Amino acid sequence: MDKNSTNYVLFFVVTMTVIVAFALTSIRQATKATADQNEDIFNKRAVLAAVNDYLGMGENVGANDLTDEQVLEIFNEKVEQTTLNTQGQEVDGVMAEDIDMAKEKKKDESERVLPLFKYAYEGQEFYILSVRGNGLWDEIWGNIALKSDISTIAGASFDHKGETPGLGAEIKDNPTFSDNFKDKEIFRDGEFVSVKVRKGGAQDPTYEVDGISGATVTADGVDKMLRSGIALYLPYLNKIKGSGMESMLQE
Amino acid sequence: MAEVKNVEEVKEPLFGKVEKKLMTDPLNDNNPITVQVLGICSALAVTSLVYPSVVMSIAVIFVCGFSSLFTSLLRNAIPKAVRMIVQLVIIATLVTLVEMALKYFNYPVYKQLSVYIGLIITNCIVMGRLEAFAMANKPWRSFVDGIGNGVGYGAILIAVGVVREIFGKGTLFAGSPIEMKLIGANAGKVEYMINTAAESGLGSWFGWYANNNLMVLPAAAMFIIGIMIWIQRSYNTKLVDVS
Repeated sequence: MDKNSTNYVLFFVVTMTVIVAFALTSIRQATKATADQNEDIFNKRAVLAAVNDYLGMGENVGANDLTDEQVLEIFNEKVEQTTLNTQGQEVDGVMAEDIDMAKEKKKDESERVLPLFKYAYEGQEFYILSVRGNGLWDEIWGNIALKSDISTIAGASFDHKGETPGLGAEIKDNPTFSDNFKDKEIFRDGEFVSVKVRKGGAQDPTYEVDGISGATVTADGVDKMLRSGIALYLPYLNKIKGSGMESMLQE
Repeated sequence: MAEVKNVEEVKEPLFGKVEKKLMTDPLNDNNPITVQVLGICSALAVTSLVYPSVVMSIAVIFVCGFSSLFTSLLRNAIPKAVRMIVQLVIIATLVTLVEMALKYFNYPVYKQLSVYIGLIITNCIVMGRLEAFAMANKPWRSFVDGIGNGVGYGAILIAVGVVREIFGKGTLFAGSPIEMKLIGANAGKVEYMINTAAESGLGSWFGWYANNNLMVLPAAAMFIIGIMIWIQRSYNTKLVDVS
């Protein structure tokens, strides 16, 4: 048979495509359940990493040191999930853990839904917010835990899709960066100011953290992400704070 | 691979002179990076830390070896007009397999390396070997050639990664379970073997030491690879271009 005839080429390409597609699809189907569960645990671990200091699993034991079972157990027992819209109302129908932040980011702000995780530990309540923004190469995201005064940050965890290892990737790899956010405040005299990531080092001990040298764009991305991401939660935060009543009445 | 052994090959040892040459050539005389200057893109991108370099090397060795094997098995059936597309399909299938295996067995590592895994498809070494060797040689030799080139690529990658990580970050294998913190100032929970902030002892001699921020940038890899090419050619004079 002539190997260069159109019929042979067509036959070869179609056969190859069918075999490859069939093989990959079957392997994907066979591994999907486990892979999805791994992803679920990975995301829940990231949420819990924001309250690393309050897991109650022992000194210096963070979410990354827990086993998969422990992550699921803590999440099921101590975390209450709420889905919010950007007007600060609770929304039914979607579980907070199922919200795809990457898709939400593309929507118009008024149409987005936001996940809120309430974490209870020894009588204290923490509000864990999810934020998403852009780094240098691709998207970055994080979870911010607020203490019950709705201003002091209890902890934060960040992750990224493709920041440079050793530079932008430090937002995830270097625990010092996320630790710096602890005990910072996002409200000054009742007004939302967010936390500034400052290049060259923090100047205000309450509202600023150190940037990362050599990764200015990623650090600025974190700064912007916090500012715009937490702002989406403001209607809800003001509501539970109670102090935002006047501004709500004016609207 | 045993099933491809024919009468002629039984006479030769499975790993004879030819195979040995195929395996060692890419390590020196025909290194994919320092001699063929292929795969530079990923060599610049992933080598700021050793751990991603190691995982990338393992993945490339796997993909390079098995894509060579499959291409060689199919070499007499592949129509010339679509051979590059067929090669790409084989590479992409293997890369997808690597990705699915990581998702299944170790999701955090998959998350950490997902960007690099995609980079394997675009690595010119893999397709270069398929086009130059596997399309014209028997499966077992093609497989050895693929593995050899993967190893030659990985050796340079890891060597560059070691230099960049030590001088750029003061650590080795950061991000992996065997992370070593070599030199730097202790801060909080982070402790280094040589603590440059120490008041006394070895660390106090290194108070002047600071990480070289150039090393974490891709440009540093260019310099290091350049210096490696220089050193290699100064003792391996047959590589010097006399034209």
